[in-house]
Amino acid sequence: MSANTVPVATDDDLRALSLRVREHIIRMSTGGGCFIGASLSCADLVAYLYARVLNLSPSTLTDPGRDYFFLSKGHDVPAVYGTLAELGYIPRERLQNHLKPTDSLYWHPNRKVPGVEFHSGSLGHLLSVSIGVALDIKMRGGQNKVYVVLGDGECDEGSVWEGFLVANAYGLDNLVAIIDRNEFQANIRTEELIPLEPLDQKLAAFGWGVRMVNGHDFAAMAYAFEGLPAKPGSPTCIIARTVRGKGLPSIEARADRWFVNFKPEEIEALLKELHGEEQARLTSETLMVR
Amino acid sequence: MTPRYETVLRELAEKDERIVVMTAENRAAIRNLPPVLGKRFIDVGICEQTMIGVAAGLALRGRRPVAHALATFITLRAYEFIRDDLGIPNLPGVLVGGVPGFLSDANGPTHQAIDDVALMRTIPNVRVVCPADEHELAEALPVLIEEGAPVYVRHIPLMPVFERKKQFAYGQAEVLSDGEDIGILSYGLCSREALTAAKILRGKGLSVRQVHVASLKPLDEAAVLETLGKCRVTFTIEDHLLSGGLFSIVAELMAKRNKAAKVVPFALEERWFVPTLLKDVLEVEGFTGEKLAERMSRAAEAT
Repeated sequence: MSANTVPVATDDDLRALSLRVREHIIRMSTGGGCFIGASLSCADLVAYLYARVLNLSPSTLTDPGRDYFFLSKGHDVPAVYGTLAELGYIPRERLQNHLKPTDSLYWHPNRKVPGVEFHSGSLGHLLSVSIGVALDIKMRGGQNKVYVVLGDGECDEGSVWEGFLVANAYGLDNLVAIIDRNEFQANIRTEELIPLEPLDQKLAAFGWGVRMVNGHDFAAMAYAFEGLPAKPGSPTCIIARTVRGKGLPSIEARADRWFVNFKPEEIEALLKELHGEEQARLTSETLMVR
Repeated sequence: MTPRYETVLRELAEKDERIVVMTAENRAAIRNLPPVLGKRFIDVGICEQTMIGVAAGLALRGRRPVAHALATFITLRAYEFIRDDLGIPNLPGVLVGGVPGFLSDANGPTHQAIDDVALMRTIPNVRVVCPADEHELAEALPVLIEEGAPVYVRHIPLMPVFERKKQFAYGQAEVLSDGEDIGILSYGLCSREALTAAKILRGKGLSVRQVHVASLKPLDEAAVLETLGKCRVTFTIEDHLLSGGLFSIVAELMAKRNKAAKVVPFALEERWFVPTLLKDVLEVEGFTGEKLAERMSRAAEAT
């Protein structure tokens, strides 16, 4: 492990870790910006998975017995970059290269970053890629698991539902799909545009074992990720209830704070807000796709 | 005896544990393989996108997937999955398209893969191979699997009508005859009809250079340029749209090499072909050997 590894033994450690990850995300939301809202909604989940769940470390990145993590909603990648930097997969300083032509840290993930298994960006792809990996692990009698984070808006894509069908058909009990249920598509609430509820019942009807969890509560996550599969012989879906922009009250659950390129002074204000000081006054425009 | 594609695939898969045979519930070419391959036969149902994503996942784990679906569905429905999940990472995957081009006979436009070459060849890293018959495909298969690159293949499940002097290799065309009056560049099914056409033209006293271009990407540039250089007029013959297929490939090469030559395309211009049985498709679209010969001699006289 490299020098920048942080402790992860206690829930307090995890809270400290995810706070650092959020700081990284905020810093990546200037100089070009990033998809800050969704990155913050899944920051606790991603940090928890890498720190506690995945049988993976910087020294086992090519071990066929490792657990696999796929980020299907690729625009959340700042949460992954921040986690990888804190857990010693990449140097923290490398995050300063965000969006630079000399590095590979752009708005969606790619395999050149240690700890990233596969690129994504176009939604609805990595459930099927995860199924391929899970099938091969089963063919070889491996015990490792495959975790894939999907967005709730991403569940509009037909290929996601193909994947739900196929994973069930092949009884992939080594596959865990985590839906970051922050209740937003890009700029509109899922239930106002293309309703997903009752999402748990839909997944259960597709044959999956389903668990619900507060995606910001590490104690609850410990319970949710314990003793998988949730249903014997079946893939597991963990629906994680999250808040878009979590940690920054000034942007939490706001439709317009999706992709933002903040001014440098706003970054300082947001970092203070993250640490419980007064809310930042934000004037930067946001990217609205509708 | 001509080896069947399925037999060769089975033999290769029995020897090579990396090979996984996949289909999106189209087992026409591989119906005897499930009991032989067990878990290494994966049918995802009618989910072409998922099939390609799963293939990428398998390839990440060191497998060599060989995936089957109708040519339209594997190239069109799953296009972005091929581009993103096999093309961007350059992962191994042999994508076998059934009933390509005119072979979809009476199915109608939804089933007409006449844009497959155009679509597949624009994806970086993805190769395109269109053998003329079952034997050539069977012979190419070990090369395609071993190369470890993503490749799209048209499957023509017909017996050979011509012998090839050389083993299949990427970037290598087969010169079936040499001559200077008329040049013919073609692939897949059309190479078969063009063979008959070439015979007819030779019977009329014309010398014909016929080149079967199975490897469309990478291209045998030398064989194409030699044809353009020595023949009075060259025809590209393909059951494909005029845009993006062999005619485009040749035109791009000419522009790139600053080469001028008389080239006449026989292709489908901005339309789908008449849906009917294959022999009638060839007849009404003017792609039988006889019709091609007629069209070529008419065009050659006009030049």
